Amino acid sequence: MTELWTSLPEDLRTVVVILLKIVAVLVPLMTAVAYTTFAERKIIGYMQVRLGPNRVGPKGWLQPIADALKLLFKEVVVPTQSDRYLFFIAPILSLGPSLAAWAVIPFNDGWVLADIDAGLLYVLALTSVGVYGIIIAGWASNSKYALLGAMRSAAQIVAYEIAMGFALVCVLMAAGSLNLGDIVRGQQGGLLHWYWLPLLPIFGVYFISGVAETNRAPFDVAEGESEIVAGFHVEYSGMAFAVFFLAEYANMILISALTALMFWGGWLSPFPESWSHWPMVGGVLDDGLHWFLLKTAFFLFCFLWFRATFPRYRYDQIMRLGWKVFIPVTLVWIFLEGVAVALKIEPWFA
Amino acid sequence: MTFTQFVFFVFATVAVLSAVAVITLRNPVHAVLALVLAFFSAAAAWLLAEAEFLGITLVLVYVGAVMVLFLFVVMMLDINIARMREGFARYFPVGLVVALVMGAELVLYVLSRAPEAPPPAPTPAEVSNTRMLGEALYTQYLYPFEIAALILLVAIVAAITLTLRRRPDTKYLNPAEQIRVRREERVRLVKMKSES
Repeated sequence: MTELWTSLPEDLRTVVVILLKIVAVLVPLMTAVAYTTFAERKIIGYMQVRLGPNRVGPKGWLQPIADALKLLFKEVVVPTQSDRYLFFIAPILSLGPSLAAWAVIPFNDGWVLADIDAGLLYVLALTSVGVYGIIIAGWASNSKYALLGAMRSAAQIVAYEIAMGFALVCVLMAAGSLNLGDIVRGQQGGLLHWYWLPLLPIFGVYFISGVAETNRAPFDVAEGESEIVAGFHVEYSGMAFAVFFLAEYANMILISALTALMFWGGWLSPFPESWSHWPMVGGVLDDGLHWFLLKTAFFLFCFLWFRATFPRYRYDQIMRLGWKVFIPVTLVWIFLEGVAVALKIEPWFA
Repeated sequence: MTFTQFVFFVFATVAVLSAVAVITLRNPVHAVLALVLAFFSAAAAWLLAEAEFLGITLVLVYVGAVMVLFLFVVMMLDINIARMREGFARYFPVGLVVALVMGAELVLYVLSRAPEAPPPAPTPAEVSNTRMLGEALYTQYLYPFEIAALILLVAIVAAITLTLRRRPDTKYLNPAEQIRVRREERVRLVKMKSES
């Protein structure tokens, strides 16, 4: 086996290793997406004092698999006079960027697929490309509801992307690097050194903009089932619809992971370093993958929590929040942070 | 041909083909999407040339924002394709002249630059592209950069004032007033005897 491996040409071996790494990232991600849908139904169920799905498998644990099978076997209906090619390209365009962004996410110190310097920019660029899937779906469906949903979504994403970009600029200024691994390493030194404290308003702006960017409640006017049926994916059925669904949940997990990395110290442990030498529990209290997953899971839970708690925003309120509240807040904070960085004010920006 | 060169040629071919598609496709929405693909391929080619900041910014600014607005507008148009092709024969000579001039300029530029400019020395891997660009922009080229930003700001303000109309007939509500509303101002609970 090793002989066969070494006999391969160098370039081919690199490609194989990269492909294996991609699989190692995507398979757990897809499983997480499947079980996020289950978690959503269960958690919102409990919040509304009902049980949620509990029939398929023990305690309902096989529900996501049953859902996936059902969607696989459903017929994909193509509307008449729709743009056939764009109709099928749209879901792929919305899933592609949300998966590709995972290439630069560090799961643990050094556990990253592509350790590039401009990681933060790369993530921002890819999340902004995701809107094409929605716009094209709305246009290609040849349906007024889909088009209205697409227009709303496009306007909303463009608005919140600016606030999000400015929030990322704040993180970049605090860390002095665009590399996500370096950003986490810049937060070393315990709970109070994580960027949520020095960048508290920015953390709020970023996470709320993230919820808006993923078109989740309370910002889900692009779906708006009470007025435009289901928005941009009203004409999609079967697997084509499932791909949109996958993209939405993969994006939610991505935003949660990014929030954990940029503001909550990624894989860093909240406990002092000396605790990691304790017998038995030392390994758990030390830095590691489990902290990153735990933090990501918490923010993912917040997405579901919001959905069960807040009524949907009105469209003009969404626009007001994005343009007139978030962008000024981030601009002021960038200015203050610039001053702090220039004057080297401790403990903020040394 | 190394693997990197192969990848470069793939992206370059896609960029050229999609650029051709932009002007040949009849459906304007398809043309805009072809332009997006051209930008993407160009960005990928820049990445291969180790200009990662420029490449990613191209995707972020042009693909992520500018082209979204383009698509927005084009989707709303109701374009008659037959009429769009009407003046083709009339405009063709003008177009040809412009294309020839631009092509000649490009060729002249390449010819004048090629011999004396040696390929730049490969930068060490730890030097960040982003950092170098930032340092150049904010020290050496600070004034041109800031003046460009100011001109853009003026352009934004001008565009907004040109299209701004005050419309007294809209039912605009002041959000601050909406938030300040109390329950007592809106709801009155009335006790009534049931009519048996």
